[in-house]
Amino acid sequence: MKLEGKKAIWSEYQKEIADDRYFYVRSCVRQNFFPGSETAFLKIMRKELEKDVYEHPCHTTCTGIGYHGDIVPVETAMTVVARQFSLMTEAGYENLVPSCITSFGLYTEILDTWHHFPEVEEKIRKQLKKATGREFSKPKNLAHASDVIYKFRKEISTKAKFKLINKNTGEPLKVVDHIGCHYAKMFPSKGIGGAEYPYVLGGMVEEWGGKVIDYPERRHCCGFGFRQYLVQANRGFSIACSKEKFESMRPFKPDMIITNCPGCPMFLDRWQYVINEMEGRRYGQNGEGIPVFTYEEVAGLVLGYDPWDLGLQMHQTDCEPVLDKMGIEYDPDEKYNTSIPDGKVKISGLVNV
Amino acid sequence: MEAAGQLAKEGFEVSLVEKDKETGGHIKDWYKLFPDRRNSSEVRDYLEKKVSSKSIRILTGTSIEKIISNKESFSLVTQDGTELKADAVIVATGFDLFKSARKEEYGYGIYDNVITSADLEAMFRKGKITMSDGMPPKTVGFVHCVGSRDEKAGNFYCSKLCCVTAVKQAIEVREHLPESKVFSFYMDMRMGGAYYEELYREAQEVWGINFIRGKVSEASESINNKIVIKVEDTLAGRPLKMELDLLVLMAGMEMSEGGNKIAELSGLKKGENRFFAPLDHHIANNLSSMKGVFYAGTCTAPMNITETISHARSAVSEVVNYFNNTNS
Repeated sequence: MKLEGKKAIWSEYQKEIADDRYFYVRSCVRQNFFPGSETAFLKIMRKELEKDVYEHPCHTTCTGIGYHGDIVPVETAMTVVARQFSLMTEAGYENLVPSCITSFGLYTEILDTWHHFPEVEEKIRKQLKKATGREFSKPKNLAHASDVIYKFRKEISTKAKFKLINKNTGEPLKVVDHIGCHYAKMFPSKGIGGAEYPYVLGGMVEEWGGKVIDYPERRHCCGFGFRQYLVQANRGFSIACSKEKFESMRPFKPDMIITNCPGCPMFLDRWQYVINEMEGRRYGQNGEGIPVFTYEEVAGLVLGYDPWDLGLQMHQTDCEPVLDKMGIEYDPDEKYNTSIPDGKVKISGLVNV
Repeated sequence: MEAAGQLAKEGFEVSLVEKDKETGGHIKDWYKLFPDRRNSSEVRDYLEKKVSSKSIRILTGTSIEKIISNKESFSLVTQDGTELKADAVIVATGFDLFKSARKEEYGYGIYDNVITSADLEAMFRKGKITMSDGMPPKTVGFVHCVGSRDEKAGNFYCSKLCCVTAVKQAIEVREHLPESKVFSFYMDMRMGGAYYEELYREAQEVWGINFIRGKVSEASESINNKIVIKVEDTLAGRPLKMELDLLVLMAGMEMSEGGNKIAELSGLKKGENRFFAPLDHHIANNLSSMKGVFYAGTCTAPMNITETISHARSAVSEVVNYFNNTNS
């Protein structure tokens, strides 16, 4: 493997990412999958990096899953997205930051379509006006939330309490970076590092002390191809996809997996549990699974956030092996403890930051 | 070189400008030629002999930096400031091999054992085919159409020579490494030349090369440094995944950088394929859009050596006609 070759490609695929004043749009599904991640993003951006990040309460789904599942027609998807843009315009922001990879892909696709077919944009503008009375400006800058963390990876590193380094051996943790398909596969120029050798997560991993693994099935889908999973009869394909990846990465003995898509951590995490239940097969070391994280969770761990505040207890493949390697202290008894003395339910220490 | 030699033979004073340190173009890097696998040095020797005429002034290691078109003559200035006066110009800037790293999915320049057809020729010339660890490969795969017939690469055209080159090289791999297994992944086998089809048949019948109809979608590297490829076997109708020791990319042909520079300097027209556009593809294939400027060889389209030499000779014929008509 020649790293220089990859660096040459990475240098070609860089993009402009706004410096501040972000209009953040959440994912439909992430808060059910790993509820601490988006909250961690907001805490990092607002408290650690002191950036202006705005969320609009009227923001809705972008319809990306429905669009890619052939349920929502493209013009409907465009009109819904146009409404999100109008919310951004109304709030006085210009830099759109979606949390979801599929949203990012859909926004990118729509803006590109409008660029090439301005008459379509005009039609959508009319439709939105007729349906809601709203008007909009297009975002000046569109970046996925992982792009933004990538941009500030060095700043996060300067505040790091822990590194992606095995405290017992001093060796970098071996990290599989899994990039959501809709991040750059549709528009390689819109992703850091392009589609074949994406660097958006690799850049974070390297900056925070880890080492990225390049394994043969690195480009393979996580198993959340919408038609694989959303059509119940196809779910065998979904788990087969994930298994293909696990088998391929296993010889490289990864310590952890980092992801930037709503579905990927869910499926890479849950299917490891299912495969173990079905076949008694585990892919990590010492009979353990390979812990799977979102990039916000990893950033949070690096910054010293409490693992249970980050919601790592929601993972079906235990994350403790990585916490132990990084030297992060945690209280096992607190892992599933939702009660607090005043009788209120504790959801996450990151809520309301 | 052929055009220069022919012009000298016709009694013209010729200046031959070559950007490389030596003349010979791509042929000097090649091992043997298809379809008869004669040594490339034989053709190069022929061409060198051809330009050894006293009427030919050879300027190597320099390129044209300025072209001034006067009424019926040209003034060309080289990098070192030498001014060449000419009554006619033949553009013979040839081709560049497609830069295989542009097909990122194949990992050229990243994975140790992904090489190009040109790299393999260099190995043949050294007489040793090895992987990056110095060991001989046991399994070798050839990927056809790298940068040719590829909308994403911006090249719709067929480079024409890669299929037969792959067949030739596959045979040569088997000759050098009789124990090796060789696979060739193609879209179509375009054997449109004299004795090409025969060579293709020999490759299958005598050398046992496995030709698989399907485009390789991606290459990656296993923990054992093997190249893992994914391809669809379109005849069997099944996806295929296999490990290879060495993957050879059959790089296509593109307009040369030198040609592009000449096009910029002169305003000569280029076609949709970005090669120089002849005045008429059928009946004026050596003529350019500029009076007194002619084309020879692969600066207009992919050609094999036979076609290139014929094209160079016909360019000379057009130059002679041009002078006859100008002077009459």
